Amino acid sequence: MIGLEGATVRFGSRIIIEALSFSVPVGRTLAILGPNGRGKTTTLKAMLGFQQLDAGRRVAPDIVGYVPQTGTSNQRYRALDVVVMGRAAHLGIFGQPGPEDFRIARSALERAGAARFTDHYFDRLSGGERQLVLLARAIATGSQVLVLDEPAAALDLHNQERLLTLLNTLRHPRDKAIVFTTHDPNHALSSADDALLMMPDGQPPLFGPVAETITPEHLESLYGVPMRVVELAGPSGETHRAVLPAFAGIRAA
Amino acid sequence: MAALTEDEAAPMVRSHLARQALVFAALLALFAVAFVVSLCVGRFSVPASRALELIWLGVTDPWRELTTIEERIVLLVRAPRVVLAALAGAGLALSGAALQGVFRNPLVSPDILGISQGAAFGGALGIMLGIWGFPLIAMVFISGMAAVILVGLIARVNGRSETITVILSGLVVSSMFSAVVSLLQFVADPNTSLPAIVYWLMGSFATATWERTLIAAPGLIIGGVLLWMLRFRLNILSLDEAEAQSLGARTNRERWLVFGLIAVIVGSQVAVSGIIGWIGIVIPHASRLLVGHDHRALLPASVVLGAGFMVIIDTLARTATAAEIPLGVITALVGAPIFAMLLRNHYRERNGS
Repeated sequence: MIGLEGATVRFGSRIIIEALSFSVPVGRTLAILGPNGRGKTTTLKAMLGFQQLDAGRRVAPDIVGYVPQTGTSNQRYRALDVVVMGRAAHLGIFGQPGPEDFRIARSALERAGAARFTDHYFDRLSGGERQLVLLARAIATGSQVLVLDEPAAALDLHNQERLLTLLNTLRHPRDKAIVFTTHDPNHALSSADDALLMMPDGQPPLFGPVAETITPEHLESLYGVPMRVVELAGPSGETHRAVLPAFAGIRAA
Repeated sequence: MAALTEDEAAPMVRSHLARQALVFAALLALFAVAFVVSLCVGRFSVPASRALELIWLGVTDPWRELTTIEERIVLLVRAPRVVLAALAGAGLALSGAALQGVFRNPLVSPDILGISQGAAFGGALGIMLGIWGFPLIAMVFISGMAAVILVGLIARVNGRSETITVILSGLVVSSMFSAVVSLLQFVADPNTSLPAIVYWLMGSFATATWERTLIAAPGLIIGGVLLWMLRFRLNILSLDEAEAQSLGARTNRERWLVFGLIAVIVGSQVAVSGIIGWIGIVIPHASRLLVGHDHRALLPASVVLGAGFMVIIDTLARTATAAEIPLGVITALVGAPIFAMLLRNHYRERNGS
């Protein structure tokens, strides 16, 4: 379980988040939604304990599986060695990873769909591939909580689909609390149970199940553009709902 | 699918391991050859077989009385010098590799961070006051550590230290300490302490004896072993701040532990052999090219290569000309061009990929 209780963060006189409360129990997935500059990243950092809170407190286990947007790449490590770093908290400061840790790392790579990069150099992988390796590292920590920072931001459509499928496979056993940030409400619809909407102009953020929070009215005030819900035929034929800005599909004159 | 990737991965892992083993074997062989050659050459040359025999006798029966001149030269003059050079080279290379890891910057080295100049100040002051032995080492160590702490205090802005600020602070502290060292030289007695200070500052193993080797050894070995035990942690500390913290590292505290160990190593080395630059930056770079960036392989490779390189440099220093050439001169002459080459390759590769 991970969350914040009445968390406030100010940068100087500017209030970034105020009295923010939410929690994500094991088995549920939260999508944090909002345009840039509304405190998505600050909220994420506060949850991870990287951001000092001016008020309130953070509820989190000792180790949170954190998937940064881009990993460090000025050092040349093999993907497997990057993933085994996830075991660091269990090994202590003087510990060395043993065969069991490498076994865990390999199975995490497998779960993240990155097994084929095991012996590749991390800094030579593409952005999307690196993200899968970093996800594997977060899984290898053994933490019940996974936090992903803008996992879909740098991905093309094909990789977005793969990532969402992957998130759903991780979500399915209901043995983890998963949090991710995104600015596309469709990612929340497809892969989250709850959503946290970072509303504009000092309005309190909206937190609740996806069915109640991802509505055209809420999204209109969230993004400041008219939003429409449309029915779409999915990849395997079944219909589902999607949220689009009303300007989507306008043809150039 | 899973079975397929396993099968594909296995040969790659094996070839990786085989390559590492080969590199380490070559480095160890280089070190062994350098070690033996260094015992043999000099104004009084000794055949290699005789040198090895003497070493064997020295190890099996250390308290034997040394009668012949070649016994005395090999076991009392050359052996402590070669051992000390190897330990110092290993320690400096190891410190450089660790420091470059925690700073995530390939350009830092103990002499850039002010540790060497700080230690030099302690040493110069100690020599001037006529202090010797363990108290001198303590002074050198404390002043080296003080320099590091000073760098840390200057570089820490809003609770965190940026890499570039740390390097620039190191430069500032370094030049401050070297100004004070110059001042000490200015006021030192030109007949007694001044030559000692100047010679010591240029770096040399010429005064090595078993006693001095034993004074430096504990710091070098304990510091080195502890750093080596931190090798996996150094991988973690080489990541971005947030990533390292999310993996459970208390980055600030652990980084300072690494600095402390490096101050012990460099302090011990400077105390007995003066300032020796370049080893801490050239050797880790060369080792990275050979075994990769993973500190679990990089640290031992740096140790062996550093030891071998230092022994070779020291052998050159005492045999190339009739008089001893200061070590600092040779390491700079050899190290600077190698470093320039590495730097160009590094950035060419980076821009290329």
